[in-house]
Amino acid sequence: MTETLAQLSTVFLYAAMGLYAAAFIAFALDLARRGARATAVEAAVVPSAVARRAEVAAPVGAATTTVIGEPPREAPPGPSSALGRLSSRISTRVEEDLLNDSENSASLRWAFALTIIGFGFHVVADVLRGIAAARVPWANMWEFSMTGTLVIIGVFLAANLKWQIKYLGTFVLGLVLVLQGIALLRYYVPVVPLQPALQSYWLVIHIIVAVLGTAFFALGFALSGLQLLQYRRERQVAESRPQQFAFLTTLPSSVALENLAYRINIVGFIAWTFTLIAGAIWAEKAWGRYWGWDTKEVWTFIIWVIYAGYIHARATRGWRGSRSAWLAIIGFAAVLFNFGIVNVFFHGLHAYSGL
Amino acid sequence: MRTALFLLLLLAIAAVPGSLVPQRSSDPNGVTKYFSENPQLAPVLDKLQAFDVYTSVWFSAIYLLLFASLIGCIIPRTTHHFRAMGAKPPRTPARLERMAGFQARILPAALRSAAPDPILTARDVLKANRYRVALYQDARSTSVSAERGYLRETGNLVFHIALLGVLLAIGVGGGFGYTGQKIVVEGQSFVNSLPSYNSFNPGRFFSDASLAPFSIAVNKLDVQYETKNRDAIGTPLDYTAHVTTTGPGDANSGTTIKVNEPLAIGGTNVYLLGNGYAPTITVKDPAGKVVFSDSVPFIPQADPNLTSLGFVKVPDGLKEQVGMIGFFYPTVTASQTGQGALASKFPGLDDPVLSLNVYAGDLGVDDGVPQSVYSLNTDTLEQLAGPPTKTKALELKPGQTVKLPNGLGTISLDGVKRFATLEVHHDPAQGWVLLFAILILGGLLTSLFVPRRRIWVKAVENQDGSLTVEYAGLARGDDPNLLSAVTAVADQHSGAIAGSPKT
Repeated sequence: MTETLAQLSTVFLYAAMGLYAAAFIAFALDLARRGARATAVEAAVVPSAVARRAEVAAPVGAATTTVIGEPPREAPPGPSSALGRLSSRISTRVEEDLLNDSENSASLRWAFALTIIGFGFHVVADVLRGIAAARVPWANMWEFSMTGTLVIIGVFLAANLKWQIKYLGTFVLGLVLVLQGIALLRYYVPVVPLQPALQSYWLVIHIIVAVLGTAFFALGFALSGLQLLQYRRERQVAESRPQQFAFLTTLPSSVALENLAYRINIVGFIAWTFTLIAGAIWAEKAWGRYWGWDTKEVWTFIIWVIYAGYIHARATRGWRGSRSAWLAIIGFAAVLFNFGIVNVFFHGLHAYSGL
Repeated sequence: MRTALFLLLLLAIAAVPGSLVPQRSSDPNGVTKYFSENPQLAPVLDKLQAFDVYTSVWFSAIYLLLFASLIGCIIPRTTHHFRAMGAKPPRTPARLERMAGFQARILPAALRSAAPDPILTARDVLKANRYRVALYQDARSTSVSAERGYLRETGNLVFHIALLGVLLAIGVGGGFGYTGQKIVVEGQSFVNSLPSYNSFNPGRFFSDASLAPFSIAVNKLDVQYETKNRDAIGTPLDYTAHVTTTGPGDANSGTTIKVNEPLAIGGTNVYLLGNGYAPTITVKDPAGKVVFSDSVPFIPQADPNLTSLGFVKVPDGLKEQVGMIGFFYPTVTASQTGQGALASKFPGLDDPVLSLNVYAGDLGVDDGVPQSVYSLNTDTLEQLAGPPTKTKALELKPGQTVKLPNGLGTISLDGVKRFATLEVHHDPAQGWVLLFAILILGGLLTSLFVPRRRIWVKAVENQDGSLTVEYAGLARGDDPNLLSAVTAVADQHSGAIAGSPKT
């Protein structure tokens, strides 16, 4: 029975991966289309950049004033000169067109739908594994990979309810596919019972919060990476040099990406802090001390310190922007290292990989 | 901030080596092994304190500097924050249109007479939104300056002070606490006093008085192994030590100690950290007189099937001193390496065999130097049985008796008991560490998610008798919702003035 369920779980996981792969392709197609359209738009509306800048710089005057006691009017913004107004209207329309079009592009809609269906299969795979093992499905590296990637996709989908970050799909799906591929090749283990040290409700709390933290860090990592590319492009535009990655023109500015990355990374940081504390409480119960510089503890601590550095960097003159983005990227690299390398190759008490 | 950032990054880098090289604190056997595998490199690394990274001079220097810079940061910030909490929000800027979220609304002259005073209304609206407010007036205008989110800075300070608290509590706990290990065979008991420990690590300020007077008798140790799941035969499922405690002040009481369920007794926690087998061995001289009888703990080697190593020393009663090095196989099988060697195929006691190499000569116990019972120095001993000698190692199953070589006497294996490795840990500051950890989390949540912002509402008289009401805000720290907050205040305020329901 256990074996059948575990096999069924793997079958569902394969199905989810197939759907994710299709979604990945569709997300990538969307980025390519954005790139192509952005290039076309730039060719069509040359003065738009200037006009746009004028528009932003224009002071918001009496035109926006609402009269109290009357229904609010639509605020007609824009520069005063007729030419400026015209070119700005063109650029606004083209820009809106571009944004709306890509938000609703067929490939993006397909990509998102495929991700959601894949997520459904993934949930079933995870639940089946849990039923097969008669416990939470995150007690060894295989199960952790399965649940971890599930939560990454889940956080990505949920984050899209609040922010428009579908453009991260290529990265998120790509990461999940790579992680699942590695897990299938290297981490698969049959269902085995829990060793006594893992028989604790802290297994549920400590690990699921660690997974959540990892998922937020993954999104933050993607945004910080995009932020660096976007910043590079913005500099190239400012210096009138040729630019690569045309799709970037359809994404938010590097400052907006940085702010979003920060907000997502601090959620990850809080989850990570909780993981650290919960881990210490559990270690006290299971191993007789709350902190012993076990290799896994060391790396969890290192990651915490790197992200603490990231948060400080945002408030440090000269470190905002690209430098802090690099810290977020290093932080996520350490998260991956902690999971993929420390668990398997380092000697320590966290010997639960099941390999 | 730059110093703090630099030291944080340095701390992250400095912590790495401790995960690459085994540490004395967490993996002493690994250190010994590292020394024998890298005889050239290890002493150099040892000079650099690479085996004690987290107590090393350089690591300590980094975190002490970090905490020094932290103290240097929080003291002025705390005083500043206290002052800010007592002070009124600062004067409204002269030109609000430069501030974030600026918007202006006109209160027509026709409505003004019926409308309540706009600035007093603004004050009430902002107060209702939990802003701290102050009214200001200049030649042309009256205004409200409002600020909220002082909790953000409070949380930030609590977070940083709690970090200091954790460090202090760890220091106090380490200084006044102690950790000790004791191997207790079923049927034996353990009294919490210095001589009874197998190993003991006191803190710097430890005194004997901090050993709570209690004793623990291990009546039985239950161990369960997986027997059905083919992928996990022999995986331990449960360890339970059934014990009787005699606590400070209480009568005897029976309880259990499990892996995730330590026993709290006399301000101390007792953990079940390991277990193994203790064969009961009796040695008799040729006349049949018992010269040795004990349950000897055999320490499990790195084998999930619990092949265990133990030492039997018989200093008196035989014509020579006798030492034995034994391997215990809970469920014996022929070893994969062949040549008649043995191995264990299951950690449970299905088919136990004890195999002993016998030595005779000088055990070295007479010159008064204390010796570990978990080792045997064979330099002054002559091997009598077991490879590489021609005599086979002695092999015993429970209930069996065999002759010792050279007519020394007989040895029998009467039975096999289990032993529990108990760890006694006393940390007087552990509760404080937890408290500060919770404060860290709480401080972090408030300092990252409570927005600190200022909002201004200013009323400017116009020549036609109407009033322009201006609204603007200022984020102090990360505040993604500032603009919508200004708009919300503006909507509420103009709604209140116009007499329409609040939005």
